[in-house]
Amino acid sequence: MVMTRAGVMNMVTKRVFIGVMMLAWSGFVVRVIQIYFSQSFMNLEFLAPKGETFREFLDQQNFFVFFVTIWVGAGLIANDRRANALQLYLSKPMTSAEYIAGKFAILFVFLIGVTFLPAIMLLLAQAILAGNLTFIRNNLYLIPSITLYSLLLVTFTATSMLALSSMSKSSRFVGIMFAGLLFFTGALFNALRGITGRSTFAWLSPSASLEQLGDVIFRMTPRYQVSPAIAALTVFVLIAGSIWILMRRVRGVEIVT
Amino acid sequence: MPHTSPASPVAEQTPSAERFSGPVVQAESLSVRYGKNVALNDITAVFPPGAVGLLGPNGAGKSTLLKALLGFLTPEKGSMKVLGLDVARSPLEIRERIGYMPESDSHIPGMNAVTFVAYCAQLSGLPAVDAMQRAHEVLYYVGLGEARYRNLETYSTGMKQRIKLAQATVHDPDLLFLDEPTNGMDPKGRDEMLELIHDLAHNKNVNLILSSHLLPDVEYTCDHVVVMDKGTVATYGSIDALRGTAGRVYEIRIKGDQEHFIEVLKAAGYEVHDSDEDVMRVFVPGATDDSTKTLFALAARERVQVRHLRPSVPTLEDVFARAVGEV
Repeated sequence: MVMTRAGVMNMVTKRVFIGVMMLAWSGFVVRVIQIYFSQSFMNLEFLAPKGETFREFLDQQNFFVFFVTIWVGAGLIANDRRANALQLYLSKPMTSAEYIAGKFAILFVFLIGVTFLPAIMLLLAQAILAGNLTFIRNNLYLIPSITLYSLLLVTFTATSMLALSSMSKSSRFVGIMFAGLLFFTGALFNALRGITGRSTFAWLSPSASLEQLGDVIFRMTPRYQVSPAIAALTVFVLIAGSIWILMRRVRGVEIVT
Repeated sequence: MPHTSPASPVAEQTPSAERFSGPVVQAESLSVRYGKNVALNDITAVFPPGAVGLLGPNGAGKSTLLKALLGFLTPEKGSMKVLGLDVARSPLEIRERIGYMPESDSHIPGMNAVTFVAYCAQLSGLPAVDAMQRAHEVLYYVGLGEARYRNLETYSTGMKQRIKLAQATVHDPDLLFLDEPTNGMDPKGRDEMLELIHDLAHNKNVNLILSSHLLPDVEYTCDHVVVMDKGTVATYGSIDALRGTAGRVYEIRIKGDQEHFIEVLKAAGYEVHDSDEDVMRVFVPGATDDSTKTLFALAARERVQVRHLRPSVPTLEDVFARAVGEV
């Protein structure tokens, strides 16, 4: 808790970062205006939100998830490794699991702030602007869908970034590795899709796997020709692998044999 | 000399020695490996309360022992107790009660000194307000009061050593692990650091284990010593007792074949090691008043002329040399 509070406070003192977080809410503002017009003018009813609107909204937020993850997450463990701080942390009454959880919570707070929070607020704004709960009542699945998808997205992103951060002493290198992995796996999947004409290799890309799972969670037709179970397996294997790497890398002493 | 503030947080506390009177550390048949390399080989040692020096050449296993006691390393075999608690079973309870000053440069990036020390205090369980107050006090105690709002990355090596000591003592631990605390310091800074450690051990009654390869550091600050060599404990006990171990040291300078005479002395059961220039330090086990006569007799027999013979006070260097076999 102490570590999470310090980490969050360290970020919110940076004006540029606050600017990025505010920018991440621009999509929310646009959507609220859209809902307002749809409720206020009969001929603009086509702007009214549907269940898919929230899925699309979270898709759009991925752009900010990417930037916030790199900005906040790249140095979380890498900087501690560079400054030999791990031995200081672990000489205090703190286990390595608690250290990892504390670092995870820092990233979690900011990523939830650009995914779950604006999406739920949007749902709330719809009810307020409509003056009734009809939309929510008719689309009750949206609350668990937003929650589950946001948690999945944030957990996957945060654990994989922390695992990468624990593997280097340079936050810049970690950021490049994270972006490279996402782009490379995405490019690989798209190349195979171009060659085979099918999207069965979506599981090769974590982003595509998450998109596939998102479609299922939001009760939409999955966009790729890959089983959601395989997409889920990809995501869970990557989360488990990241935790395994973290447990091995976060130690009070670096052993070179 | 460091200015030891009368309002030092350590000074206000109940002396640690009163809080814990048993052996602060006990290791029994402890072995630690790094892959194929044996770092600690079947170590058994008891560290009494007070200031204990962990002395040995580089690679002797001193830092490994401290890291094993902190629970950073899992031993291959053996058991360890710190402050009466089993390291394997109660690592967190132990870490609540100890302070650790690592050998290498360590800090938390992006913090100034007071934020860093207060943060470390909070990590050790102090409430935020108390942690900040203690941080200011401890920073004055270690002589960083004026520089406490400076970013740690701008600190010199000596200041970094002091800040590590500050974070280790801020929560008033029952036991301090100091790993090579004078590393990289200039002579003045080193003296000041030793003065601080001496003050902690002898005026504030803090239990501490000082790991060092520097004999004078240990001799000045500690009352007991554990001498390590090649992953084993060569000897341990009170420095005074070890210095006076049933024997006497003589400084001898001769005219003649010195190498041959050393062999003769060794054959006679004496321990000899060279010191500055051509002066030998000869340890005579179980020495009596007749030992000088014996030395003269040996010299006469070997036809060497004794130019200088003076009884000397055994130093920790003698203890160390005997323990690690550098004789």
